[in-house]
Order: sequence, then structure tokens, then C-alpha cells
Amino acid sequence: MTRTGRLLRRRADHLLTGFFNGLVSLVDAIMHPLQNWVGVRGMAYIFVLPNLLIFGVFILFPMLLNFYYAFTGGTNLFPDQRPFVGMDNLTRLFECGDFLVPNSCREDLFWRAAANTFVFVILQVTVLVFIALVTALILNRNIIGRGFFRSVFFYPVLLSPVVVALIWRWILQQDGLLNALIMALGGERVAFLTSAQWAQFWVIVISVWAQMGFYTLILLAGLQAIPAELYEAAAMDGAGNWQSFWSITLPLLMPTMLVVLVLSMIRAVQVFDQVFAFTGGGPGTATLYMVQYVYVTGFANQTKEYGMAAAASLVMALVLLLLTVGQLRLGRTSGIS
Amino acid sequence: MATVIDFFTRTRGKNRLHMTDFLTYLYLAAGTLLMFGPIVWLVMSSFKDRAELVRFPPRFLPYHQETVTLPDYKDPLPLFRVTLDDGSVRTLAQVRRVGIEAQMIDPQNPEGEVVRVNINQREPVESIYFSFENYTRGVTRFNFWTYLWNSVIVTVAATILTLLVNSMAAFALSKYEFRGRDAIFVLTVSTLMVPISVILIPVFLVITEIGWTNTLIGVIVPGAATPTGVFLLRQYMLTIPDELIDSARIDGASEWRIYLQIILPLARPALAVLTIFSVMWRWNDFLWPLIVLTRSELFTLQVGLNSFQGDLQTQWDLVLAMTVLTLLPITLVFAVLQRYITTGIATTGMK
Repeated sequence: MTRTGRLLRRRADHLLTGFFNGLVSLVDAIMHPLQNWVGVRGMAYIFVLPNLLIFGVFILFPMLLNFYYAFTGGTNLFPDQRPFVGMDNLTRLFECGDFLVPNSCREDLFWRAAANTFVFVILQVTVLVFIALVTALILNRNIIGRGFFRSVFFYPVLLSPVVVALIWRWILQQDGLLNALIMALGGERVAFLTSAQWAQFWVIVISVWAQMGFYTLILLAGLQAIPAELYEAAAMDGAGNWQSFWSITLPLLMPTMLVVLVLSMIRAVQVFDQVFAFTGGGPGTATLYMVQYVYVTGFANQTKEYGMAAAASLVMALVLLLLTVGQLRLGRTSGIS
Repeated sequence: MATVIDFFTRTRGKNRLHMTDFLTYLYLAAGTLLMFGPIVWLVMSSFKDRAELVRFPPRFLPYHQETVTLPDYKDPLPLFRVTLDDGSVRTLAQVRRVGIEAQMIDPQNPEGEVVRVNINQREPVESIYFSFENYTRGVTRFNFWTYLWNSVIVTVAATILTLLVNSMAAFALSKYEFRGRDAIFVLTVSTLMVPISVILIPVFLVITEIGWTNTLIGVIVPGAATPTGVFLLRQYMLTIPDELIDSARIDGASEWRIYLQIILPLARPALAVLTIFSVMWRWNDFLWPLIVLTRSELFTLQVGLNSFQGDLQTQWDLVLAMTVLTLLPITLVFAVLQRYITTGIATTGMK
């Protein structure tokens, strides 16, 4: 059985290799004249071309076009039929009695989304990085079944935002598992999904649940790159566990921490799909965040205000840029990256 | 035997179980429960029938009330264990219920007299029952195969395209000297942090102009030139020695042959990592397909699942079963490749 299996496998390998070699020869036959024509140097351009084309058409050009959209009005998607309105969209976005009171702004939804996003980013990133760090430290210890536990914490990362949202809506609904547990312990039923505060709380918990495994892995890799001799030397000098944590682990982990902070913050600013499937932005506007504002203004609303949506995404891009540059600079001045 | 015990009691301290060991395993156990608990609960719930789903408090295993079909009655009758006034316990079938009174008959003797009991005197007869109907009904109502097919096409085609164009570009950027090389590289890397959500509208315009709205190709192509992939592959290809390429050239190999037969096989570890990323990104992608696709026969699983839960707010029996089916493929891939996935991501540190 195993012999036939091995034989079959070898034959399949053989077939695959043969197929690949045939393909190579075919491509070669077509490309050789091309190479004779453009030369070896020229081939570099041929190699880089497809990627550059897609990149240019779907990333670079749209980035530039976004500016144009932000300064034009109307509801037409095609740029040549959009009237130029200058700073109108941006001034409308920033027309505010008091920036801390969303109700006093002309585009109150945008400011509500901005305020929600701000609170979300601060809380989510703090909790996420802290839990990921603790988990990474624990997984870095001499434990049985490290590979298993690493996979356990990582698994939710693979789940799609819609699936994550549905799993938790099922648990948190009125007659769900969590309410059953609370009542079994003698508590009162809680309306988790229809209360603004609870919805905001669970949005954070769920995104931490779904993402922490990824950052745990990165931090774990950072921890394992710290040479063990350092700890041995510290122990020889009589340093305790806490002491070596503060003076070896944390400083040497800082570059990795910086990567984790930048990545998690950028993702937090863009929070959308999970929440969209979980609460739809509600109750009311309690979990409306910036990307959803862009999506609703530009695509979901009856009147599609592409200009406003583009202006809002421009503001968001600026925030992202400032965050990234700021953090990297912070890292550089404190000498960690 | 002794080694087994040694293994399981391996601790930090010399001999005794250290306090921190206890806390470590406590944390890991709680973590496992928190991470897997919700998914286990989802899977168990997906097998419950509708009556069991609305039951409060819920039970872990899917139960289902037993019924009996009798010749004189059109519908199957539910079975109850009834405690009669004289203290005896009998299994009876309920014919109908009026207020707090239930009218029951003996299934062995359907012609016999109707027993009237208070509804508090009866307990349903239940057995564990996995309701696969949720899945079979869900699959037809939800167009599961269509969505699955769309998702598979998008994921596979996008991943192949991404691997191809990214590796070609990375090869050029790492192994050739040409004018504009550094500019291209810097431009690519500087957009690493630009999310699609920021340029949603203009990308949508480009798609519209090309005529790719409501096509799967419109979902596949725009995300193919991933800066992450180019960066990752270029860094890896830099470690491939140039001498290999030079000697291949001396042997008369064309540049394409070098790319296909030397660079690609040697860059296999990096390609594997990018494959994992790409599959993960594309399978779970939501916002972009949501915007490009408005015709439901083109929906991917994620978009379909989201609209399904909106349409059938209360039909949890079908929604839960479809959620399980949606997470199943990626879970199987993970179960098989988990070691490569976790180490791959840990070493590159990107998503």
C-alpha cells in the first residue's frame, strides 16, 4: 500500500515537473525573441511592467484622483461631469460650532464618526497591545504544547469579519449564551446590542479577540530573538525576574513593539467590516466609524456624495500619515528603530 | 513512565511546581476557552432545531423533542412524560393544548380515553439530535454553491495573479540595475500603508470606466499589485546569490528561464508566505466585493453571508449553519498548514 502510494506520488511529481518544464520551454520560446529585441537590461522593464501597471491604475492614479474628487461637487461619478467647487467640501466638513460637540457641526455624522474612531483607537490599541504582550510573554516560557497554544490564540485571526460578527451576535443576543450565564449567576439580563455603551464595549472586545493572535505572533518572534545569554548573565549578576524583564526584555522588544503599535493603530483607524456586520454602526450612531461614514456617504446613501466621501477619506489619509510618521519619529528619537 | 511524569511536571523551579507555572497554565486554559469557546458554541448551535434555538436558558448539546406519528392525526404528536395525580408516570402524546391544560393520549392505545393534565405535570421526552436540515435547507436557500464557487474563483485567481506579478516585479527590483528602479521601489513601499478604504471612490470610478462593475475580475485585479508582496519577495530574493544567475547566463539561459527555473524555486519559502497572506486576504475580503458586486449571483461568501443575515434577521437556524460552512474551508487549511502559517507570519511580521 505504502509502496504503491510512494510510486503514485513519484509519478505525480514526475508529471508535474514535466508539465512545468514544458511550460518553461514554451514561455522561453515566446520570450527569447523579445529578449533579443530589448536586451537583458530591457527585460527588467518587462518584468516590472505588469505589477507597475496594476499598481498605477488601481493605487497610484486613484490616490491622485481622490484629491480631484475632494474638490468637486455633484453626484456624478465621472470626473469630467463634476463641477469644481474648490474647498467647499472641506469647509463643509469643518464647519463646526465646537469641534468637541458633534451636534454643532454641519456634517455632524462625520464628527461623530471621528469622535467614535478616536475613542476606539485609543482603547482598542491599548487593550490589544497589552493582551498580546502578556500572551506572548506567557507563550515564550518553557511550556508544554507551545505550538498548540500558539495556534489556539492565532485561529480567530483567520476568520472573516462577517463570521466573527455573527458568532458574537449569536452569543450576545437577548436570549444568548452570555445572558444565560449572567442569569445563572443571579444577575439581570443585559441588552448588549441595543445599548450604546455596551455596543461600543463589545466592538472593542471582539476586535481584540479577532486580532490579538496576529500581534502575539509578532511579539513572540521578537521575544525569541533576544539572546538567552543576556538572561543568564543577568541572573549571574543577581538580577531577579522583574529586573531582567524591565532591563532586558522590554528595551530589546521595543522595535517589535513599535511595529505592532504602528500596524495595530493603522488597522484601528480603518475599523469597518467587522463592526458593519456586527452592529451596522448602531444603535443610533454609537459604533459609526470613519470608513463607514465614507462608505455610507459615497455608496450606500440615495444621493451619492462622492465629493464629501473623498474629502473625508482625504482627512483620514492625513490622520494615518501623521500617525505613522509620528510613531516612527518617536521610535527614532528614542533610538529603537 | 517516569519520563512521562517528568515531562508533564516539567517546571520552572527545581522540583516543586512554581506559583508562576500554575498561573501560566491557568492563563492558557482560560485563553483556550475564550478563543475556542465561541466557535464551539456556534457549531453546537448550528445543529439545533428552531425550537431548541429559542429555548432559554440554552443547553450545550442539541436536543430535540421526540414525536410519534399516529394514524388518526395528520401531524406528528410530541411525546411527554406525564406525572399523573396518583403519582404514576406515563409517556403520553399531546393532542392539543388549551391554556394550562394539555390533552394527551396513550400512543400504544390511540383509541383510548383522552387524559387531561396540567401543563406543569408533563416533561418533554427528548433525545440528542443533530439537525442537519439546517445545513441542507440553508444551502438551497442561501445559494451556497454559487457563493462558494465565486469565492474560490476570486481567491485562487487573485492569488495566482498576485504571486506572478509580484514575483516578477520583485525579481526585477532585486536583480537588475535599471533607470527608475529605486523610484519604483520607494513608490511601492510608500503605499504599503495606504488602505483601499482611503481610495474607495476613485478605484470604483476606474472599475466603472473599464466596465468591471459586477464582474469577478473587478474584484480580483485591483488588489493584485500588493506592496506587501513586492517588498517581501524582493527582500528574500536579495539573499539569492548573483553568481547563480551569472553562471546561468553563461550557459545561455534566457532571463525568463532564469526567473522561472532559478529564482522562483529558490524563493519558495517567501512565495509560500505570500500565498498564505493572499488566500487569507481574498477569502475574507468584504468591503471591496461589497462595492463592486451588486448582483447576488456574483456575491462571494462573505458578502452573501452578510446580506443573508440582514434578510433573515430571525432565521438563526439557517444563518448559523451557513456561518459554519463559511468558516470551514479556511479552518481546514489552517489545521493542515498551521505550523507553516504561524512561523511564516512570525518571521515576516506583516499582514
